[in-house]
Amino acid sequence: MSMIEEMPIADTSAGTQDVIRSAKPVSRFRLVLSRLRSTPRFWVGIVGLGAIILWAVFGLVPNAWNATDLDVYNMGSSPTALHWFGTSDIGEDIYAQTIVGLRKSLVIGLLVGPLAAIVAGIVGAVAGYLGGWWDRVIIWFIDLLLVLPSLFLFILLSPIFKSLSWVALIFLLAGFGWMIMARVIRAQTMSLRERDFIKAARFMGVDTWTIIRRHVLPNVSSLLIIDATLGVGGAILSETTLSFFGFGIQAPDVSLGTLLSAGQGAAATRPWLFVFPAAILVFTVLSASLVGDALRDAVDPTSGVNRD
Amino acid sequence: MIGFIVKRFINYAILSAIATLSAYVLASLILNPAGRYLGRNPRPSDETINAILNGLGVNPHTPVVERLWTWLVNLVTHGSLGDTIHNTSVISEMTARAGTSLRLLILGTIIAAIVGVVIGVWGAVRQYKFSDQAISYASFTVLATPSFVLGILLMIVATFVNSTLGIQLINFTGEYTAGLDGGWWVHFWDRAAHLLLPTISLALMGAAGYSRYQRSAMLDVLSADYIRTARSKGRTRGSALVRHGVRVALIPMSTYFAYSFATVLAGAAVTELVFSWHGMGEMLVQAITQSDINAFTGAILFNAILVLIAGTLSDVVYAALDPRVRV
Amino acid sequence: MTDSTRQTNEATRHTHARGKRGDTPPDTAGHLLEVRNLSVTFPQPGGAVTAVRGVNYHVDKGEFLGIVGESGSGKSVSSLAVMGLLPSSAQVGGDILFEGRSLLGRSDRELSRLRGEGISIIFQDPLSALTPVYTIGTQIAEALQLHDKKLSKLAANGRAVELLKVVGIPNPERRAQAFPHEFSGGMRQRAMIAIAIANNPRLIIADEPTTALDVTIQAQILEVLQKAKDLTGAAVVLITHDLGVVAGNADRIAVMYAGRIVETGTVEEVFRAPSMPYTIGLLRSMPSLATAGHTRLVPLEGRPPQLANLGPGCPFAPRCPVAVDACLITEPPLTPIAGNELNAAACLRVGEIASGALNRAKLYPVPEPVALEERAKVAPASVLGVDGLVRHFPLTRGTVFKHTIGTVRAVDGVSFDLKSGQTLGLVGESGCGKSTTIMEILELARPQAGRITVNGRDVAAMGGKERRGLRRDIQVVFQDPMASLDPRLPIQDIVAEPLTVHGVPAKERLTKVREVLELVGLDPSMASRYPHEFSGGQRQRIGIARALVTDPKILVLDEPVSALDVSIQAGVINLLEDLQEKLGLSYLFVAHDLAVVRQIADTVAVMYLGRIVECGPSEDIFDNPRHPYTLALLSAVPVPDPALERSRRRIILEGELPSPTEDISGCNFRARCPLYQLIDAEGQEKCRTLDPARRQVAGSSVACHHAEHLDLMTDHHAPKTLRSGG
Repeated sequence: MSMIEEMPIADTSAGTQDVIRSAKPVSRFRLVLSRLRSTPRFWVGIVGLGAIILWAVFGLVPNAWNATDLDVYNMGSSPTALHWFGTSDIGEDIYAQTIVGLRKSLVIGLLVGPLAAIVAGIVGAVAGYLGGWWDRVIIWFIDLLLVLPSLFLFILLSPIFKSLSWVALIFLLAGFGWMIMARVIRAQTMSLRERDFIKAARFMGVDTWTIIRRHVLPNVSSLLIIDATLGVGGAILSETTLSFFGFGIQAPDVSLGTLLSAGQGAAATRPWLFVFPAAILVFTVLSASLVGDALRDAVDPTSGVNRD
Repeated sequence: MIGFIVKRFINYAILSAIATLSAYVLASLILNPAGRYLGRNPRPSDETINAILNGLGVNPHTPVVERLWTWLVNLVTHGSLGDTIHNTSVISEMTARAGTSLRLLILGTIIAAIVGVVIGVWGAVRQYKFSDQAISYASFTVLATPSFVLGILLMIVATFVNSTLGIQLINFTGEYTAGLDGGWWVHFWDRAAHLLLPTISLALMGAAGYSRYQRSAMLDVLSADYIRTARSKGRTRGSALVRHGVRVALIPMSTYFAYSFATVLAGAAVTELVFSWHGMGEMLVQAITQSDINAFTGAILFNAILVLIAGTLSDVVYAALDPRVRV
Repeated sequence: MTDSTRQTNEATRHTHARGKRGDTPPDTAGHLLEVRNLSVTFPQPGGAVTAVRGVNYHVDKGEFLGIVGESGSGKSVSSLAVMGLLPSSAQVGGDILFEGRSLLGRSDRELSRLRGEGISIIFQDPLSALTPVYTIGTQIAEALQLHDKKLSKLAANGRAVELLKVVGIPNPERRAQAFPHEFSGGMRQRAMIAIAIANNPRLIIADEPTTALDVTIQAQILEVLQKAKDLTGAAVVLITHDLGVVAGNADRIAVMYAGRIVETGTVEEVFRAPSMPYTIGLLRSMPSLATAGHTRLVPLEGRPPQLANLGPGCPFAPRCPVAVDACLITEPPLTPIAGNELNAAACLRVGEIASGALNRAKLYPVPEPVALEERAKVAPASVLGVDGLVRHFPLTRGTVFKHTIGTVRAVDGVSFDLKSGQTLGLVGESGCGKSTTIMEILELARPQAGRITVNGRDVAAMGGKERRGLRRDIQVVFQDPMASLDPRLPIQDIVAEPLTVHGVPAKERLTKVREVLELVGLDPSMASRYPHEFSGGQRQRIGIARALVTDPKILVLDEPVSALDVSIQAGVINLLEDLQEKLGLSYLFVAHDLAVVRQIADTVAVMYLGRIVECGPSEDIFDNPRHPYTLALLSAVPVPDPALERSRRRIILEGELPSPTEDISGCNFRARCPLYQLIDAEGQEKCRTLDPARRQVAGSSVACHHAEHLDLMTDHHAPKTLRSGG
């Protein structure tokens, strides 16, 4: 630790005389941003994710086919100039279907990630700050869900959700996606609780909920942002796995999972039915997790700093 | 130390029990075992259906608590988990399938743990060098791939290899070739050939996760003061990292192992399904699609026991590695 | 006592025998270690930071060099460079010669042969510096076997036990089997010293070896270090921020500032006749146990520069009271004073200072005390009364079924009285229960036992609303100014937070915030900034402003200056003194630094193991301590005055603070009490059986049966304790 102490610049948050005089304060946010900018992983991820989202939005424009069109003259066609990703047995355009599926998967991922992070933040902060019985009950509940693989619960609950719209799946995935992060937030909150600024607030007479809202949650917000980002990829993975086995998105809705499920049988003989959607899926999840990982490194100043 | 492990064991045992019981209750509330008979032609009479459901102990007209109690009493007094809807006992179904699942799980986890730890340490020591970057991107890619996609991709590759070589070198459907003649050696070899792809698939997933975690645990250790002390005594950097660093960096891994095990179980179930193995994963999924409450609970119990064993094992390793928890 | 001495001697002989066997290469350059124009640069995302900028020094055989500097001065980095232990990204320039051979550019393998054998190092934090998973014995044996491949494991373990004996660890055979977490901080540091001297190095670098330790343990460790030096004949480089620590131990010292040595010389030269304005300011700003309380401290304004963007000119110039235009243009080299190469200072005006043309004593303006008409009038009354306060924590064991096996007597019957407009200093070593005491008070809840009264009202009898109202009157300032301010809020919200609790309207809050910011010497226009934009001293002022915003009567100050650099401390202490005068505040001032307490406190209470062992007016406690613990504590504090320091004889307390779980019959200081050893059998019997209550002896109330016989200790151990004014 003496090394850190010896190098004032390592404490990048310490303002210099110039900073104090300068009109624009260097916020933590800008600091994280500058660290992010120097991480190649971040650029790979954010450019990838941006490209995927743009593609999902505008990808159908140049294509001649819609997802529901059937080209009866080109059934089971391999990729051609007409059908960029080939067609299925009944003449569906795989390119168009992939984009439609991607849209659904992206929407699910982008909603579930932040939603689960919010739940994780609230539950973790309450457990960590209140301690005692609150904490014990919450931790037991979390542990229970960790013993019981959530995939199995999803499958078990699927009969209910099949009858509802695909939007219900979002809440299902968010409802089971917060546990690990809640534990992390709880641990963080427990150490925050011992920090002097929280003690100070307590000794001033600030009430518990105000402390959680005003001091705890903002101070774990960086973790929550990371979690939300990483959760995007995780949610897409869960959704596709469920849909692949027929427990998630139901026809006529299309997601990457249902598409992969349809293409699975022909994976070895007509790989385009499987490989294109699979590659898009992997690329999407990979981009999201690269951004999340780069964020984690940027927010935690000690992570990734190898002092030797 | 024994006290610590006993405490953790009891904790896991209670968790497993609650998980199983709540699985039973949930399944009873959600699944509709009668639906299966209603669709039959000719439709059996309500009395017949009731009789069948009563025989299985899954009649929705009986309160859940009562059924749960009967199920528990049966379990404790007869060691029975009830019957499946195919009128076989759940226990016998499980014994037939457990070996298949365990073979995959045990091999897969051990390989995953070893490979994950080794490349995690390697990546941390060579931080930001080319090999670290390559390992990082590779593990991120594997982690971004759903296990069913990974399995199918491996199959595509295997088909390609087989067709290129002109022989059926790698088998990937089922657990063994049915009706194969020959001695035990032939059978062993056949099973090994079938085991190859599922194991690779599961081990890859596991290793990717472990390596990320081990890498960050090792990075924490790299900057630790005691590494500096070890070097100040006269160790070279490499030797200090191996003797003092890796040893300490393994400690958090043992906890992570327990936490990640449920994910491994889910991954194994998916892998089984993809490779058409008749294991516990298949039993679980079939039980749900066929609304078989007893079979589902049995499969969950199996998983819960595995989590119990894995959790206790990781605590034993933890206590062995870290003198601070030994009392 | 005698038994352990004999054992130590045996071990000593052994070490000597081995020392003679070890061959020392011929000393070619004359100096054992020579650092020439050393520079260390760390590449950083925002541009390279040069932490060390051209450092020259040398150490001769058997010499004791002290390197003094505040955090960020480059003192630790330069010593890590000597060991070759800097991160691989660091760029090292200049040259380092050890026994005439250059160490730079050597491979890790070559250097590793030298490390531990030729040069060894003792790090600051002994908890993180020892590998948690190996026993202490193993880690010492490892050091031995690394440099003596023929040494068997058994022999190495045997030597490890001997070394533990040398560094004064009782019961070394058993303790060698223990893991680092089973050792206390002081014992770990002893183990670190054992590792460092294992191979009889020629040079020992001690990097802030006592910073994390209590004063009585610090005194022990410094003694062990001296002993290790005598035993091995090694030269020692002691790196510290504490001028007092080097004053009594070092032969020569070097003062570092902003990555350079700015003054060097023998201890006498630097302390008696400092020639660099920085050194002068540092010495003036330190409260010294010998002088504190009689004069106002002279603050060294400003803060050390950021090394990332150093301009031309002297880096101290912005803080220097005698800087001239030339100081801003070129950085002055280290210039010999009066032709003496070994005594030099890096100041353009060194000639004027050395000749006396610039008066050292008048270099820094002494701040004026608060004018009489500005002083608040306070009627003498008790504002905070604590009577028989008890806080016990159950100690549970058993992992399956928890059961209580003992009680941690964190606070065990503490009584004191704080008068309005006065300062009560609560002192004691870590673990004595002083923090628990103030936390109990701040909770404003019914204590386990005893009574807490604020303004004469018993807090136990209060309802929630009255208690919340009372919180206006009693506010707290914490130790670490960074930790006590929420980094996510602008300081106006932080300072206003106590007001929000009491429902003060927003507009009124804002004016009040501006008012208190001004009061603590901060520009109110900075109110919208975030805490990280302020320096450590400024942050502590923000913490004080927050405490003052409700116009409290009592401030609880929990180590308010101990996280600050020495040069910053003085300003904050002066501020606290002024505020007390102006606002008529009462302070409960908790600290471990006795010099700071002497500076500010009117009354002092000394805590030991959850009790107050001595309490009385500051003058009496410091000049005429009546409890053996107070006496030992005072004698352990190093004083930044080499002559005084060398003439003092320390009363080294045996052992460490016992665990507060132990149920000790009679006096709980008995096991470590030097007086107990000297008293007759009858008196000892009394100490063993009878728990001493506090009673009035001379000016103070003392919990000791034999306070009248304290002379026994001073006769045997040390001359009279410090008298103010020398």
